[in-house]
Amino acid sequence: MTALTPLLAAGELFPRGVLPYLLGGLLVGAGASVIYLSTGIIAGASTFLESTLSYVSDVDRFNRFKYVQSRGWRVVFTAGIVSGAALWSFLLGPELTAAMPSFASTAGLATEAGAWTTDVQWWRLLGGGVLVGVGTRLGKGCTSGHGVCGVGSVSNTSLVNVATFMAFAIGTAQLVQAVGVSP
Amino acid sequence: MSDAGRHPLFTAAIYAGGLIFGLGLAISGMARPEVVLDFLQFEDFGLLFVMGGAAVVTGIVFAVATRLDSTAPLTGSEYTRRVKEFDRNVIVGGVVFGVGWGISGICPGAAYASVGIGNLPILWAIAGMFLGAYGQGYIRSRGSN
Repeated sequence: MTALTPLLAAGELFPRGVLPYLLGGLLVGAGASVIYLSTGIIAGASTFLESTLSYVSDVDRFNRFKYVQSRGWRVVFTAGIVSGAALWSFLLGPELTAAMPSFASTAGLATEAGAWTTDVQWWRLLGGGVLVGVGTRLGKGCTSGHGVCGVGSVSNTSLVNVATFMAFAIGTAQLVQAVGVSP
Repeated sequence: MSDAGRHPLFTAAIYAGGLIFGLGLAISGMARPEVVLDFLQFEDFGLLFVMGGAAVVTGIVFAVATRLDSTAPLTGSEYTRRVKEFDRNVIVGGVVFGVGWGISGICPGAAYASVGIGNLPILWAIAGMFLGAYGQGYIRSRGSN
């Protein structure tokens, strides 16, 4: 029994298992590394927002040189993200689940491959999205720029930003749950 | 650097990197707001392995590459850390982003990946992010003129 207790505790911390999270994380890091090693570019996902706005807006801020000269590859990077996720959900995921049912059952998420939509209410997505849009631009980065590349390069700016957004995200999510908003 | 002067494989490398990045976001579940919210509500700590695993990989690659002191083959750019400058906005932005992430369970890269897994309601979040980025840029543009 005593030997089982830590296992049970680990199961409660990770109800979906650990494998898909770890595998996914390693791939996210590998994707950023492919871009860095081949081009020297430290990729972040949120600058896409303002660099893409430069195609349709004449506001000065979106038409600065660094956005206009990078907007082309940022669209390509984003198209890559969309198609990579689609590749998993519609091709590799179901294949892998059929070929390796034991992996699929360990990696809870793999069994959910295929088209999927969220139950989180539209106003939460829209309202949260607006704040994410403002916050990443003010804070100079998001979970990929600061969280993956910034932390990876041990940048103090990124570590402070990540600690701040983590603390406020946890507080907010707990509050939203406490007032009974679900999903 | 103009598009014309770019190495022919530049776009392919960016696309391939994005593809692997998006594949990882889909496998990890980060493209699903429910999984992110479960993490923020302390119901599933798996997301620690996503950010941790990714940062360890980039950390090793960045450290080795900058120590090589050579240049990237497709652009000729030097391998640098290009650390962002710290100011008060880094904190304020972190707070606003954190509140938004806690409400919606979605961040930019994960939202794009979510489109790829067929999640059309996520377009609300993407519309919101563009609105937020536009509003922030518009107000800042006026302030600096």
